[in-house]
Amino acid sequence: MSQVNRLNGGLIDQSRSISFRFDDRWMKGHPGDTLASALLANGVRLMGRSFKYHRPRGPLTAGSEEPNAIVELRDGARQEPNTRATTAELFDGLTARSQNRWPSLAFDALSINDRLSSFFAAGFYYKTFMWPAAFWEKLYEPMIRRAAGLGSLSLKADPDNYDKGYLHCDVLIIGAGPAGLAAALTAGEAGLSVILADEDSLAGGRLNAESFAMGQQAGHAWAAETAARLAAMPNVRLMTRTTVLGAFDHGIYGALERVSDHLAVPAEGKPRQILWRIYSRRAILAGGATERPIVFENNDRPGIMLASAMRAYANRWAATPAQEIAVFTNNDDGHRTAADLTAKGVLVAAVIDTRPDAPKGQGYEVIAGGTITNTSGRLGLAQVEVTDAKGNRRQIKCGALGVSGGWNPNVSLTCHQRGRPAWDVDIHAFVPGGTLPEGMVVAGAANGVFSTHAALHAGAEAAVGIAADLGHTAPSPDLPEAEDAPVAITPFWHVSGAKRAWVDQQNDVTAKDIKLAHQENFTSVEHLKRYTTLGMATDQGKTSNMAGLAIMAEVAGKSIPEVGTTMFRPPYTPTAIGAFAGRSRGTDFRPIRKTPSHFWAEEQGAEFVEVGMWLRAQWFPRAGETHWRESVDREVLQTRRSVGVCDVTTLGKIDVQGSDAAEFLNAIYCNGFAKLAVGRTRYGLMLREDGIAMDDGTAGRLAEDHFVVTTTTANAVGVYRHMEFVRQCLYPDMDVQLISTTEAWAQFAVAGPRSRELLRKIVDPEFDMTNEGFPFMACGEITVCGGLRARLFRISFSGELAYEIAVPTRYGDAMIRRLMEAGREFDVVPYGTEALGVMRIEKGHAAGNELNGTTTALNLGMDRMVSTKKDSIGAVLSRREGLNEPDALRLVGLRPVSPDKPVPAGAHLMTKGSAVDAAHDQGYVTSACYSPNLGHQIGLAFLKSGHERMGEILRLVSPLTGIDHEVEVVSAHFVDPEGDRLRA
Amino acid sequence: MRYSGFKVIKEALTGHRGWGPAWRDAAPRGSYDYVIIGGGGHGLATAYYLAKEFGQARIAVLEKGWIGGGNVGRNTTIIRSNYLLDGNEPFYEFSLKLWEGLEQDLNYNAMVSQRGILNLIHSDAQRDAFVRRGNAMMLNGADADLLTAEQIVARYPFLNVNDARFPIKGGLAQHRGGTVRHDAVAWGYARAADQRGVDIIQNCEVTGFRIEEGRCTGVETSRGFIGARKVGACVAGSSSRLMAKADMRLPIESHVLQAFVSEGLKPVLPGVITFGAGHFYCSQSDKGGLVFGGDIDGYNSYAQRGNLPVVEDVCEGGMAIFPMLGRARLLRMWGGIMDMSMDGSPIIDRTHIDGLYFNGGWCYGGFKATPASGFAYAHLLATDRPHPTATAYRFDRFAKGRMIDEKGMGNQPNLH
Amino acid sequence: MLINHPLLGPRDASEFIYKGDAALIHRPDPTAPDAQEVFIDYGYLRDNPAGAHRELWFHEQGDRSWLVVTRDTVTHEITEVELARDVARREGRSK
Repeated sequence: MSQVNRLNGGLIDQSRSISFRFDDRWMKGHPGDTLASALLANGVRLMGRSFKYHRPRGPLTAGSEEPNAIVELRDGARQEPNTRATTAELFDGLTARSQNRWPSLAFDALSINDRLSSFFAAGFYYKTFMWPAAFWEKLYEPMIRRAAGLGSLSLKADPDNYDKGYLHCDVLIIGAGPAGLAAALTAGEAGLSVILADEDSLAGGRLNAESFAMGQQAGHAWAAETAARLAAMPNVRLMTRTTVLGAFDHGIYGALERVSDHLAVPAEGKPRQILWRIYSRRAILAGGATERPIVFENNDRPGIMLASAMRAYANRWAATPAQEIAVFTNNDDGHRTAADLTAKGVLVAAVIDTRPDAPKGQGYEVIAGGTITNTSGRLGLAQVEVTDAKGNRRQIKCGALGVSGGWNPNVSLTCHQRGRPAWDVDIHAFVPGGTLPEGMVVAGAANGVFSTHAALHAGAEAAVGIAADLGHTAPSPDLPEAEDAPVAITPFWHVSGAKRAWVDQQNDVTAKDIKLAHQENFTSVEHLKRYTTLGMATDQGKTSNMAGLAIMAEVAGKSIPEVGTTMFRPPYTPTAIGAFAGRSRGTDFRPIRKTPSHFWAEEQGAEFVEVGMWLRAQWFPRAGETHWRESVDREVLQTRRSVGVCDVTTLGKIDVQGSDAAEFLNAIYCNGFAKLAVGRTRYGLMLREDGIAMDDGTAGRLAEDHFVVTTTTANAVGVYRHMEFVRQCLYPDMDVQLISTTEAWAQFAVAGPRSRELLRKIVDPEFDMTNEGFPFMACGEITVCGGLRARLFRISFSGELAYEIAVPTRYGDAMIRRLMEAGREFDVVPYGTEALGVMRIEKGHAAGNELNGTTTALNLGMDRMVSTKKDSIGAVLSRREGLNEPDALRLVGLRPVSPDKPVPAGAHLMTKGSAVDAAHDQGYVTSACYSPNLGHQIGLAFLKSGHERMGEILRLVSPLTGIDHEVEVVSAHFVDPEGDRLRA
Repeated sequence: MRYSGFKVIKEALTGHRGWGPAWRDAAPRGSYDYVIIGGGGHGLATAYYLAKEFGQARIAVLEKGWIGGGNVGRNTTIIRSNYLLDGNEPFYEFSLKLWEGLEQDLNYNAMVSQRGILNLIHSDAQRDAFVRRGNAMMLNGADADLLTAEQIVARYPFLNVNDARFPIKGGLAQHRGGTVRHDAVAWGYARAADQRGVDIIQNCEVTGFRIEEGRCTGVETSRGFIGARKVGACVAGSSSRLMAKADMRLPIESHVLQAFVSEGLKPVLPGVITFGAGHFYCSQSDKGGLVFGGDIDGYNSYAQRGNLPVVEDVCEGGMAIFPMLGRARLLRMWGGIMDMSMDGSPIIDRTHIDGLYFNGGWCYGGFKATPASGFAYAHLLATDRPHPTATAYRFDRFAKGRMIDEKGMGNQPNLH
Repeated sequence: MLINHPLLGPRDASEFIYKGDAALIHRPDPTAPDAQEVFIDYGYLRDNPAGAHRELWFHEQGDRSWLVVTRDTVTHEITEVELARDVARREGRSK
């Protein structure tokens, strides 16, 4: 079968044929076709099934407002569910499948739902499926879920790329119909930077679908020529295939450009789509209008479509849904369809016009005051039943029916902020109202101005106004003569007495459903929507909401504006989630920060672990080691025995300088810093203003007016932000400056009894490294390796004699190599975050697991650090009673009574003999590890009154992981409790 | 009118002419024993439980717009009780138990679906925290299950395990968690409350409190003064605005949380999944739409809409774990106004004004709390004592330093 | 949203981190006899207006200025942006 319903002409290239497949059938179309136009040309009207009743459906529209003709486009990982056939541009080899049907589109088993429709009225779910109770989850819901949904995902990773872009302009013009083109021309000639965006592949809007002339030219020819003029202007960016999705704050618009959707696959290096964020000073919405159908009995058969869509198919795509058609209208616009189709050689059986004073037909019969009271035809329209003004019924044979109930301005974008549309009594439709998004004006059909002439001039005037606002002069635009027909409409929403008349075709909401919702008191427009699902389908009710409101108004005895509208929400049309994600996927989901020794560590075969954005070496396996614990135990033991090196660059480093630096640190830390001597370092605990521990670290005083503060890796950014808040907002006159130097210095911990010997080989000889000359907690600016500036801190997280040495980051890689080389004679080991963790637990140091945002200095055993002699952030609120209970949690150590048992983090603690439940909870394990020095597991825990419970045997329970055994409360300082090693 | 199998069949066969209003549109009377301000899920549930569980009468619910129009009608429908702290866990577990019996209790199918909720684990520290949480849940009588990465991939084979930025190392599941048809919760409570004589008064905005000698005696409304023995505020999202009329400042900021739904898709996601390393959580509605969300926008707002950066952030999170989502289309985005409290936990308490009670501060977790919030608030209103599961939800917990801070973020609401 | 930084001009709000009400500048006197009480109000109670709101934003992806932004919480319209340091000085936090 060939293209039986292909007409002559159109804006497609009939000299070339391309192949496409729908379900199992290969067909031919032409470049310029959409999938829907090509299917119609091939005599295919049936393109989908409705959501609930699985009714056979064909296209209702020729654009992005389509509710019915939605398909699964493409195959494999590019399969794209719910794609509107009416906007899918045809390419050679396109494949599409119908959806929501089984086993086939023509024979769909679930169309049984249609027979049972009386059970499935609006809200039926809420009243049933409750008996017996257990059946809901076991039977009913799984059944409903299986039947629900439309298209399906491939379950494969999307193979295409999506980009994001940012554009700035004086004026964003949304819609390239007559109003938008005139506006762009005017603004462009005025010298404004202009972006003109249109969702269609062609500029022109309805000009491409109508047979009007523009001056001496065809409308589409004027559009093409104007688009070419605009494209040649350097200050105008014409963006076709670009949908403006939403109006966000302060003139920012989101827009989606479909770069490659009209191609079989994206060109090499090109994305599928681009999400643009457009920063505009002004915007002109020229988004046109959408025709609305009339609701009548069986108004949903394939072949019944909007009259304007029928014209678009005929004029633009040279396709007709049938060779014999009829039109049902309440306004003059419907007659255009009859005239255009007649001109194209299609037989117009009749125009049924609800108005008794309908205009005369020109070569076709007009039934004035008539309505359509039923239709028939299996899987497609065969005939309509017309009831004339006198009540006489007759059947009219036709394969398609164009329906026109008037036009609704596309107000969606005007309502994305606070705008609420207003009712226009002349066109019987909502027009933009309320407060529009900042900087937006509306022109043309989107503003309820429907003639082409008026649209051109409104567009130009809007641009003139904006140009003047922005200090430009716009030359008066040169606009062609265009049609200027007045709107002639008598509202007619639905044919009464219908049993099954569809309002929302995709979601199968009927006029009766709306009446039922009213009967059950779901009368507010939001209740109506939610109870019946009106307007909640993939088309968001673009063609259905108005009729729904009109019917509700009628049954509720209100006017339509009294009923009101539901909220318009972005996106204007459904948008691929991939486009919003852009390139942030896979390993590129978030940046990866690498330490200065990363490449060296990779060479050593290190395992890496995610620590925030950082990748840190977790351990360094050696040949023959089969389990991570072997590596970690070795690193710990060798560090404690001789010396180990660990990259600690990820710790936050903040330089604090100025004559008030010490005073500033006194405010930041709960303990005192004012008297810290130059060349000394001190441990500091920072509280939040609410008295809870925020972070801990050290601050070294390099000079009278210069400190270096360190933070934990996790809190580096937050602590810096907090310190700037304190500096700028609380103490604006302090002479102190801050800068984050985390990335400026590569810092390595060198720990273990031989660390001094190792560093002696690195640090230049003029610097005293003796215990007396550079004691525990000393710090200083030094040079290493013959003059390279460096900083040395004698601080210890491991509990050993230890240092941290910092060099400018670009020397980090060289430094790790030098340290390892210099340490070879001491059997130096690199150690990773696991060994670091083991050693700090062995030493009882708090870390992230303990500083979890709910712990106080008291919990940590540091309550005496909170100075009462000075003010500091958090000091006042740390004194609240709830934070100082006698039985507050205290940090303790735990060891298993039976040495082979684990002490897992996250386990809870119970008093021996008490019930095991939340009421008897005594605390929980925060950190745990296997201690190779002690030969068993150890843990740190927060325990109620823990400091008074040393030696107590507790029950450790982890019902989640099936653990229940005894542990002993011990000091958290498992190794070298006196601290002799640090000071050695 | 009771819904029954017989009634459903009878009405189907007779053109549905016999269904009456789900609830009456009541006109305000001069005075009530209890006036609940706010016809959302919590307010309607409060009225229902006051009547049913506490035998109270002369109850009105005042709603500024239409019932269920606030956060109960604009959330991501998730129910769960996977809380960590003792102040919270028993309350949310009580709520989950009420959900489990809700349909039979209300004779209304709100489609409670215990399809399970899963929190993904990406690091050892996260696992430690989730083990602690899972144990806390179990010690409170809730269910919890620690899953391995393999078990998770078996259930969600399309998870990104090949090139994930944050590899999945396991997860904490609560199998009794799930979703509920959110609008139906409001309608179900409204219908059940109405049947017990509660007056549901829509389009009735409270414009002020009448306070005489330290006692609240009623409310001024757009439909005139309504006297009350006890007035219960229940307007999360607008709490500060309402209570300012009683000269109260609250430990609450209003923030916008966006939520998203995709086009309808054939079933793909069996349960609720939460990706903590990104900001993304998702479930699939019975109708087929993927319902998902992420973080709040982060600035004070009373506009029920957000901005693009968070939209993008949420979708990035989605693509990071489900790279198959690329070609699914986002259908609609919207925003709800959250009462973000200073410690991330709610308040159900008396105020310093006699006869005036407060329920709010639900952050973005109010939906799952609906039944227990209503029950506990009804308990407080009827008995003047807090419900045993809600004893910690007091105003004075900040003064006393007894915050209930699940996330450990302190007194900055947008971090909770 | 766009924030018109007083030194740098209009910047996308996503460069900034939000903190909250600019009243946080007015940290109470810790030596006052009722210090704990006023700190509790300072730390926990907020006006949270529906309308003009003076609030603190930190230009984290920029020059690290704290700004006081006056923004309408209903419309999101921004009417004034100042350096927080200037505001703090003007409102009495100078030494």
